[in-house]
Amino acid sequence: MSTLEIKDLHVSIDTEQGTKEILKGVSLTIKTGQTHAIMGPNGSGKSTLASTIAGHPRYKVTSGTITLDGEDVLAMTVDQRARAGLFLAMQYPVEVPGVSMTNFLRTAKTAIDGEAPKLRTWTKDVKAAMAQLRIDADFAERNVNEGFSGGEKKRVEILQLELFKPKFAILDETDSGLDVDALKVVSEGVNRAHEAGNMGTLLITHYTRILRYIKPDFVHVFVDGQVVEEGGPELADRLEDEGYDRYATGAGAATIAAAAQA
Amino acid sequence: MTEITTEKARIGAPSAQPFINGFTEEGESLSPINSATSKAPLAGEAVKRHSHGGGVGIPDSSRAGRLTSYNLADFKPLTGLEEDWRFTPLKRLRGLHSEVLSGAAPTVTVSGPERVTVETVARGDKRIGSAGIPEDRVSANAWENFSEATVLTIPAGFEADAEITVVIEGTSTEAAAQHVVIVAEKFSKAIVVLGHQGTAVVSENIEIVVEDGANLTVVSLQEWNDDAVHASSQQAKIGRDAKLKHVVVSLGGDLVRVTPSARFTAPGGEVEMFGLYFADAGQHLEQRLFVDHAVANCKSNVLYKGALQGRNAHAVWVGDVLIRKEAEGTDSYEANRNLLLTDGARADSVPNLEIETGLIKGAGHASATGRLDDEHLFYLMARGIPEDVARRLVVRGFLHEIIQQIKVPALEERLTEAVERELAVTNN
Ligand SMILES: Nc1ncnc2c1ncn2[C@@H]1O[C@H](COP(=O)(O)OP(=O)(O)OP(=O)(O)O)[C@@H](O)[C@H]1O
Ligand SMILES: [Mg+2]
Repeated sequence: MSTLEIKDLHVSIDTEQGTKEILKGVSLTIKTGQTHAIMGPNGSGKSTLASTIAGHPRYKVTSGTITLDGEDVLAMTVDQRARAGLFLAMQYPVEVPGVSMTNFLRTAKTAIDGEAPKLRTWTKDVKAAMAQLRIDADFAERNVNEGFSGGEKKRVEILQLELFKPKFAILDETDSGLDVDALKVVSEGVNRAHEAGNMGTLLITHYTRILRYIKPDFVHVFVDGQVVEEGGPELADRLEDEGYDRYATGAGAATIAAAAQA
Repeated sequence: MTEITTEKARIGAPSAQPFINGFTEEGESLSPINSATSKAPLAGEAVKRHSHGGGVGIPDSSRAGRLTSYNLADFKPLTGLEEDWRFTPLKRLRGLHSEVLSGAAPTVTVSGPERVTVETVARGDKRIGSAGIPEDRVSANAWENFSEATVLTIPAGFEADAEITVVIEGTSTEAAAQHVVIVAEKFSKAIVVLGHQGTAVVSENIEIVVEDGANLTVVSLQEWNDDAVHASSQQAKIGRDAKLKHVVVSLGGDLVRVTPSARFTAPGGEVEMFGLYFADAGQHLEQRLFVDHAVANCKSNVLYKGALQGRNAHAVWVGDVLIRKEAEGTDSYEANRNLLLTDGARADSVPNLEIETGLIKGAGHASATGRLDDEHLFYLMARGIPEDVARRLVVRGFLHEIIQQIKVPALEERLTEAVERELAVTNN
């Protein structure tokens, strides 16, 4: 049983116009076995939260903490975080020319486990995982994400999720750009990863569509760098009907309080 | 990091190739319509444009007008302002341009199939001068000073089943001259690996004769010790329907300047020229090549890739391709890609394409210098891969495109390991 705890997190980025605060005090606790959905409009800071957890150098934490079972995640390098059990499925996975998928997957698995996987079982595992996600076998020979379509990139992110077996998975809009069939395939992948009972998930999404396939235990509504409302799965249904309009940015806490009473 | 694209710029499809973040891409493909009117399309202005990291532009005249001579006296003493020397730190040539090259030449040891003949000959041998004539002062200095030459002959029709290895081993820093002639007789087929190692201050002339229908691969490896200084003029003459694959790999040495030239003498010839270099802190690795399309219906393809790391690591690539008036039906492409792994390194990259006829199949060039991209590193590190391993993965991929052209498995493996060793130096 593990716990990922985010406390009063403030994050800024440097822009040409100066420093801009994007996360304005985010607190969130996720435990093994739980699925938390984070929902919010474009630009509300969802990817910023995800990238900050993963340790992207662009995002500067100005105050607050992130801990994994009490260990200070913010003190870890990007690769240490991954080896500690954090996995970020990116909204826009990067193409890495010159590095084959096969080589990449084996190198990453070796780094995460601290030892090289047994070649025979590993090759079999990769093949099986690819088949389940309906990824063509020849993708293994291609360079990481190079020339993959948006949907293919997302499947390959989930492929890694299944192979690397992290303690916590942060899925940043894994659903966007997927057609209904692909959405199902990808969701099944996430659910399989969950089944073993050793993973917690932070599912970032803009739409409720994916929540038909992946059932969240908690839903957090994210607006302008803050969690403005929290609840169970029923909150997602309400968002489906009402959208984010009632959390109109800048309207302030009064609106949120009013909405909560409604 | 770079996107590896071998797609050729083609007439009728002069589209910009997709490129990766952090890369500057420069290139153009010339159509027959406009090339006929552009007499010297890549003089001064282009030189400036193609210098990455702040080279100065000096207008250069046509490559066809370059002085060539067997006599040292015909070349003026160097000042460093000459177009073909402007990137080279003359001080570090250790006299190759100014002294009598009286030191003992590096020893030459040849191994390979028995039918390949190896001779040590005197200056007067008739094969000397059969492919080359010095194109610069340092080469002419070697020509003036060498005492004996090694002549390697692959007999007509012989297809070597194993590579021919020529180890050129230096043991002194006295400025010396070297001369090697490689003759691939008609319809022969062979791979010759020139392995430069040890310590030397040497100017070298390598003549390569590829007779009609022959298929020759020459790989020149520069794996010198850190203090070596090496200037190597490698001139090839390509016969009818003959094929030359020329590969330059420069890894070791303080200053290495390789100047390969390929001249087509009859139609149907083909050259591929590949290069791989890895410049460390303080190293100067320079390559200037020349492809002379002097006859019709020949094909050339050039790709040099280099990685640079550390303070004052300096790489220079200049690619002169001349398509003369007679060279109708030419198909030609040249590209250079550099990957800067750290700050403080500098790559100068200058493709020069001169086209004197509009009746060609294709002609294009490209040059790009990029930095190892933080986003690539982030992606790999976010999967638990430590930074040094991630860098190695990316650079290995970048350079592998050249290594895999060599097609000698043992050599490919050795070069892959050599690149790993270069990379291991980064991790501090
Ligand atoms: N490089 C940048 N320069 C300037 N502003 C940026 C940069 N990166 C992010 N931002 C800003 O930070 C805010 C949060 O962006 P973020 O990508 O975290 O939002 P998001 O909730 O993931 O949006 P989406 O639903 O579109 O993915 C936005 O206002 C965005 O414009
Ligand atoms: Mg986002």
